[in-house]
This record gives sequence, C-alpha cells and structure tokens, in this order.
Amino acid sequence: MQIAVASGKGGTGKTIVSTSLAMCAPGRVQYLDCDVEEPNGHIFLKPDLATSERCTVIIPQILEEKCTYCGKCRDICRFNAITLFANTIMTFPEMCHSCLGCFRVCPDDAIVRSEREIGMLESGMAGDISFVHGRMRVGEAMAVPLLKAVKKKADKNVLVIIDAPPGTSCPFVEAISDADYVILVTEPTPFGLHDLKLAAVVLRNFSKPCGVIINRADLGDARVEQWCQQENIPVLLKIPFDRKIAEGYARGQCLVEIRPDLRPSLQALIEEILA
Amino acid sequence: MKEIVILSGKGGTGKTSLVGSLAYLAENKILVDCDVDAADLHLLLDPKPRSSHEFRSGVKAKVISDQCSGCGICVDLCQFEAITMDFAGPTALMNPLSCEGCGVCAHFCPEQAIVLEENYCGDWFISDTDYGPLVHAQLFAGEENSGKLVSLIKRQARELAEQTGLDLILIDGAPGIGCPVIASLASVDTVLAVTEPSQSGWHDLERVLDLALHFRLQSFVCINKWDLHPEMAASIEIACVERGIEVLGRIPFDPTVIECQIQGIPVVCNEQSPAAGAIREIWQALSSRQVNKE
Ligand code: SF4
Ligand code: SF4
Ligand code: SF4
Ligand code: SF4
Repeated sequence: MQIAVASGKGGTGKTIVSTSLAMCAPGRVQYLDCDVEEPNGHIFLKPDLATSERCTVIIPQILEEKCTYCGKCRDICRFNAITLFANTIMTFPEMCHSCLGCFRVCPDDAIVRSEREIGMLESGMAGDISFVHGRMRVGEAMAVPLLKAVKKKADKNVLVIIDAPPGTSCPFVEAISDADYVILVTEPTPFGLHDLKLAAVVLRNFSKPCGVIINRADLGDARVEQWCQQENIPVLLKIPFDRKIAEGYARGQCLVEIRPDLRPSLQALIEEILA
Repeated sequence: MKEIVILSGKGGTGKTSLVGSLAYLAENKILVDCDVDAADLHLLLDPKPRSSHEFRSGVKAKVISDQCSGCGICVDLCQFEAITMDFAGPTALMNPLSCEGCGVCAHFCPEQAIVLEENYCGDWFISDTDYGPLVHAQLFAGEENSGKLVSLIKRQARELAEQTGLDLILIDGAPGIGCPVIASLASVDTVLAVTEPSQSGWHDLERVLDLALHFRLQSFVCINKWDLHPEMAASIEIACVERGIEVLGRIPFDPTVIECQIQGIPVVCNEQSPAAGAIREIWQALSSRQVNKE
C-alpha cells in the first residue's frame, strides 16, 4: 500500500503532514522522500542515514579509434547530445536521456557505456520508520531518474508514505504513479485553490482516489472547501494556523511532536484510507 | 536591460506575493512568470491576454495498430517502460506520459508501425496588466520540457522589452533547483532569494544559493515571516553574511498578505500592511544595489 502526499505547490505543509503520517502509522512503515530537488523529510524525521549510494545514469562514451564518423549516433539522438563536425565527434552528457539509441545504431562498436552521477540515494532508520531519500546534485537538470531510483526502494510488504515533489509536471506524475491513494495538502487561499485544481485534474485522469488536507485552515476563505464539496473530494483534516506549529516547524519538529493532540485524527485518517 | 529573478527553492515562502508587489513598485518593466507548472502570479495581476500561443516540444510515439505484428521488439528497446503489450491484439501500447520521445522504438520497429507525433504540451500568453506586460505560460499536467518553455517565454519577454524600450525584466522564478530553474537563471543579472526562518527554508535556500554561485550570479536574500522564528532568522542572516551574501530585508508575518491574495491585489497596495512597508524597503535596497554595480 502506497500513500502519496502531494500539493500543487510546495510550502503548503506537505512535508510536515507526510512525516507525521509516517510517525502515526500503525505497524511497519517506510517513508520515501521523492522531492529530490529539495528533500526536507530528513529534517523532521532525523534518520540515521547509514547507507548512501551514488545514483548514476548511462551515457555514451565514444572510442575515437573505432569511430568511422558515420554520423548514425548523432542522427538517432533526439536530444542533441551528440555532435559531429568533419572528424570530431563530441557528446554532451547533460543533454543525454539514456535512451541507448546511439549504442544500438553504431555499426562499429565504437560506443561504450559510461556513467554520469545525478545525485545520491541515502537511506536508514528513523526510529521504526525506514527512510529513503534522493538528493539531486546541484546544477543537475533531470530529476526523474533519481526519483525513479528512490521509488525502486519501495517495500511491497509495508505501508509506504511518499513525499511527492511540488507542481504537476513529470516528476509529480512519476511520484504518484504507483500510489494507491493521494493526499493533497493545500491552503485556503486563491493560490492554494488554483494549484489544488491542477493537481486534482491529474489525479482524476489517473483515476487515483484522493482526499484533501487543508493546512492553516483559518487563514483564508471557504472556497477550497466549497470546491472540494462540489467535486466530491473528501476533506480529510483541517489543521488550524498555530504559531506553535510554525515555530516548531522552523526548528525541524514534526507536527505530531508539536501538537500531540492531532495524533488521533491523523491515525484515524490513515485507518480510514487503509480500510 | 536588467533581469532580476525572484527564487525561493520551494513554493510557499511568499515568493509570488513578493513578485506581485515588486511588479507594483518597479517602473518600466516586463513581468515573466517562470513557474510554468503552477503559475500563480496571474491571480494577483489580473492579466488581459493579448495573444495566446501553443507550445510544442519533442515528440511522442504512437502505434498504428493495424501495422503492428506484436513482435515486442519495441517493448524491450524502450528504456522508459513506456510500452506494454496488449495481448488481445497482440499490439504494442504506448503510455504517452512515460514516453520521452527518444524515437528508438520507431527506428527499430520492423513493421514501421510506430510514428512520432509532435507533442503539444502547453500554452503561453502575452498579457497586459495594470503594472505592465506579463509573459506567462501553463504547461499541461505531466509534461516535461518545462525548461524549454521557460527559455521560450523569457526570450519572448526580452524581445518585447527591447521592442518597447523597457529596461527591466522581473521574473517570478520556478521552484526547485532543476531544469526550469536553471532555464530561468539564464542571462539574469541578479537573484533575489526569498526564504522563511525554518530549517527546511535554510536548507532550500542553501541549494538555491549554490545554484546561483554555480552560474556566478549576484545574489541577495530576504527573509519572509521572519518573526515566526526570530532566532532562526538571525542565524540565517549570519550564515548568509558568512557566504558573502547580503540580506536585504525581513518581512514580518502579516495576515494582510493573505487578505490581499483573496482580493487579488499585490500586498503593497495596502498602505497599512507591515509586510508592505518591509517590501518597499527591500525594493529600494535592491534598486540601489543595482545602480552601485554599474
Ligand atoms: S543514449 Fe540516447 S540520448 Fe543519450 S546520447 Fe545516445 S542517443 Fe542521445
Ligand atoms: S555511430 Fe559509431 S561509428 Fe558512427 S559516428 Fe557514431 S560512434 Fe562513430
Ligand atoms: S516493434 Fe513494431 S511491430 Fe513490433 S510490437 Fe512494437 S510496434 Fe509492433
Ligand atoms: S519514443 Fe522512446 S520513450 Fe517513447 S515509447 Fe518509443 S522508445 Fe519509449
């Protein structure tokens, strides 16, 4: 069972919700931080990151001594990652999507596999929670290969909580694609509503069941709730604005540590989703 | 011409509210919303579209079922798990959301049963607002290439600014540190990074500042909602100074910001708002630093 916690945009409190759910979940639980551009879950769960591995993608390396400059590799590459002028051939690894097309078309076995590091995959235990996150290298443009690597660590036998990246583009879709349920965290503001609508459209296209948590529920207006009602999307929980939460958040404390009184409602929420 | 980009690492730090206010304060400028995944600036600026354009980028593979023999070669070739077999046919089935448009399947299909179709993945607009022209876009859900769309709207803004003699491009940057942010940084003069006084705010800010450093850009910081955690705000300031980065100002937590968002106006329009006062000071400081540089 996978529950993804997402929000049309970051900063709505997605991470305090996802980390708190992991802390309240019954039985064994795994937490995957798929927000590889800005992973923050570790700040709240404070895992002991015992293992760390480099995450790499395959890129071509061209052996000039074998290359006949036929240009076939350049022609198949749709990402302009290979150029050829007269007798000089060059690759641009940061443009490469690792489709392996060039490897397959080279008639002279002049291309060998090399790799490029896109980030680190780190994992360990945070109390009883098994924790995994990906940390993208600064200056790296592609988030999806690292995100996929984080998702591959999902344990099929336990409840998995996924912290999904913000937005509604490719990384978000990849993060939620295997989830059984998606929780959208939003704020009762025009920005919150606008971004919630975009995310909800994607989930509908995938026929993913979803529910909404409204954070800072008393700072704004009623339009988010009205919209959820109208669209038949359940509002699972409303978290009021509380300076204590904001301050605790600032220090890197989980929601349930700051407000233990919210624990029963979070537990009930998970049980309802699991049922 | 100057280009200033406002970045925040992650959304929700009040970046767009700040950009909305700077849009009100700055003169003779064009606005660009580079958050093409979840553009929000238009909610504050009430743009009237002048023109709308389709954004096409890359290709997606499509199977012509009648021609497909169901050999399965394409399934093995695709590195993105975008092709499955429909054993009823049997024919190949493409999942357009996973397809990266590499074209390898089409190249090797023995029956020439795969075509590559141009991908229509978003729309972009040039609009008029009360505060000047705005170039903005919406990428369709689940699409990639947001970096290309960001580069495109920035190029459009630059051309428009040149044609109409505007001397400032004010950019609401994309979230994160990946492709769209890197694209929003191209040809920028100054980065203003907005953060919140929290550990995750600092963590994200460091990554944004690293990125700005990577591209050798002049950066400034401002701390939003600083009074939610004054000690953390102070340690962020110290850490910025240690990195040689000036903190231009602190904006207090102010419910007026949300009220103005609900009304759909920039917060500086509200003379009484404490946040508005702080934003004015930040803008003054930013403008004077710009002059000093020259
Ligand atoms: S692996 Fe694909 S994307 Fe990379 S260089 Fe070769 S053809 Fe281009
Ligand atoms: S396909 Fe092989 S031989 Fe031809 S140019 Fe590329 S690397 Fe050289
Ligand atoms: S390679 Fe071509 S013929 Fe074979 S399954 Fe794929 S589409 Fe069909
Ligand atoms: S174009 Fe590339 S990514 Fe798309 S289905 Fe074909 S092999 Fe897969």
